[in-house]
Amino acid sequence: MSKPVSLFVTCIIDQLFPKVGMAMVDVLERIGYRVDFPERQTCCGQPAFNSGFREEAAQVARHFLETFRDAEYVVIPSGSCTSMITHHYEELFANDPQSLELSRSLAPRVWEFSQFLLEVAKVEDVGARMDAVVTFHDSCHGLRELKIKEGPRRLLSHVRGLELREMDPPEECCGFGGTFAVKFAELSAAMARSKVEAIVRTGAEAVVGIDSSCLMQIQGAMSRAGVPVRAMHLAEVLAGV
Amino acid sequence: MSVQFDEKIRKTLADAKLELAVYTATGRLATGRRQTVAPEVFPQYEELRTQASAIKKHTIDNLDYYLEQLQTNVEAHGGKVVYCRDSAEVVDFVVKLAREKNAPNIVKSKSMATEELDLNEHLKEHGLEPVETDLGEFLVQLAGQRPYHIVGPSMHMTRYDVAELFTRHLGVERETDPPKQTMIARRVLREKFLKADIGISGANFLVADSGAVVLVTNEGNARLTTTLPRIHIAIAGIEKLIPRAQDLAVFLNLLSRSSTGQLLTVYTSFLSGPRRAGEIDGPDEFYVVLIDNGRTRLLPDEGKRQSLHCIRCGACLNICPVYRKIGGHSFPWIYSGPIGAIITPQFLGITHEPALPFASSLCGACSEVCPVKIDIPKILLELRAEVNQATASTTPKRLERLGFRLWSWLMRHPRIYEWAGLAANGVAPEAEPGKWLSGLPGLLNVGPAKAWASGRDLPPAPGRSFRAMWRARSRSASR
Repeated sequence: MSKPVSLFVTCIIDQLFPKVGMAMVDVLERIGYRVDFPERQTCCGQPAFNSGFREEAAQVARHFLETFRDAEYVVIPSGSCTSMITHHYEELFANDPQSLELSRSLAPRVWEFSQFLLEVAKVEDVGARMDAVVTFHDSCHGLRELKIKEGPRRLLSHVRGLELREMDPPEECCGFGGTFAVKFAELSAAMARSKVEAIVRTGAEAVVGIDSSCLMQIQGAMSRAGVPVRAMHLAEVLAGV
Repeated sequence: MSVQFDEKIRKTLADAKLELAVYTATGRLATGRRQTVAPEVFPQYEELRTQASAIKKHTIDNLDYYLEQLQTNVEAHGGKVVYCRDSAEVVDFVVKLAREKNAPNIVKSKSMATEELDLNEHLKEHGLEPVETDLGEFLVQLAGQRPYHIVGPSMHMTRYDVAELFTRHLGVERETDPPKQTMIARRVLREKFLKADIGISGANFLVADSGAVVLVTNEGNARLTTTLPRIHIAIAGIEKLIPRAQDLAVFLNLLSRSSTGQLLTVYTSFLSGPRRAGEIDGPDEFYVVLIDNGRTRLLPDEGKRQSLHCIRCGACLNICPVYRKIGGHSFPWIYSGPIGAIITPQFLGITHEPALPFASSLCGACSEVCPVKIDIPKILLELRAEVNQATASTTPKRLERLGFRLWSWLMRHPRIYEWAGLAANGVAPEAEPGKWLSGLPGLLNVGPAKAWASGRDLPPAPGRSFRAMWRARSRSASR
């Protein structure tokens, strides 16, 4: 009897990068999970929360809680969306005790994809192969709020044929920042260019990350600059055999 | 966003030379910090941060008690404490004192509090001309500018800029060698020191239990400023208090490491009162001017009050990817970078520059390096919500709110959300396989898509959403 997990693929992956979601399904099934996709899911509410519209954010966050309240595990291919749910719902629902309670009971069951693999499934080697030199982008919310640093690197270290080269400077933001990316478009793009320069200096063929939003920012800047490096989600790397 | 803020950002982004100067200088400081707080050389770092944060919280929570204690102890040493609500009161105090004591010549050591008050500009209106004696501040004053960075005021200037500045304003031969430039400044400043009647300093810490002003500097100019003239005025925000001299063991260990990557600065001065009988050095008169200037506005809010814990080390500026791109002069006030973004709206009012709290990717690097652990991203998020409320009746904000209301409705109606996604896929332009789009065509090239495409390519529409793929997969599996 395989263990059940519910996917929250995030709105950006649902609408723009569905292959990342499918890759995550492949990996989870390969290591023995029965994957469920609750179809009422949409978004975690972060865009409105980060834009200072807390009421609208709370409405969407409540919809999320209702959709996933009975899930055994919720697995999310994004550090940022995971952190919104596990960290920021506390602030968002400070004056809504009912939702706060629901959010607190759900939070321990909500996992970012790489953390789920390592800490719940206890799997480091998912049997993946990718013959390439890659670098890894630490997305800020994963790194600083969820403390995801070594985990993805451990998973990558078991990918056959893969060589990881670190960036210098490490840990610098790609400049995405949600609505910041369009409210301060030139500044955001300038930050992305510095990131791309750091990626290019490693000589990697691909940059791997755990957040499709950062990867969209980075790929968008690389594509604009004519840099032939691919941005890939960790799930896509781990799904490769 | 105000036109000014927007223009300053654009102008800075377009200046590659400036970007390099700021990027290099902040990078050097950030590296210095990282090396001096690394666990292998400074294992107690995290514990000290926790202590520093707790001490600051305790002090700010009991500000009334410690202010009185400070006053009592300053007076016990023969000094005076002056409370000033705002810039006008400080200016009034200094001008009157200068007249009364026939003390027109003023030298200053580095102080952000006086920058915040526009003190030099105001004193000038009264015929007084304070001379900045910190090298960076001196350069900035000569250039008719304001500090670029809390710790490195002239960070944006290259030595060639300095050479030009000196030939123009000091009438010296062109000199591009920094040590020689320093000697030129020293010669000019020595004369000012010898003539000075009043020395104005800031304070890095105000120690309540000993009534002392503590200054940490690297150039020695603060020692001359505070001991040579017959009057010393220390001007500082009320949040500079710490309870006990022994707390300095925590703060001095954190400040210079976080700030410049030094274990300690070259000079650490403890100043408590005027020269006493039998002493050789020191001023005849000693004043501690404590300023509010908006600080007490923060006290009622228990969450955001932590903004007053800041010890002005500048670490958050050096690590901030936004500061490193737009520099100090793009910010609407003298406090720049992440700390500026949270204290400006709180000190000056939320609508002073409504866009400021939004000028952040919320990466959190600032909090990670903050020696007193101020949760800057959390405060930025709260300020964003406050800005939205304060500007709710403006047209752009109404439209934005309407947009988020529609979005919220859509996100709670999954079927309609799905149709909207299908519709968007339907109108999206075809892309070559594996290629991204340089922009959307014609009527679609508006709003966020246009802004995005101004500097980055757009992902091509995938044709099918994840949920469509998932359904197709489930159907084929069940067949």
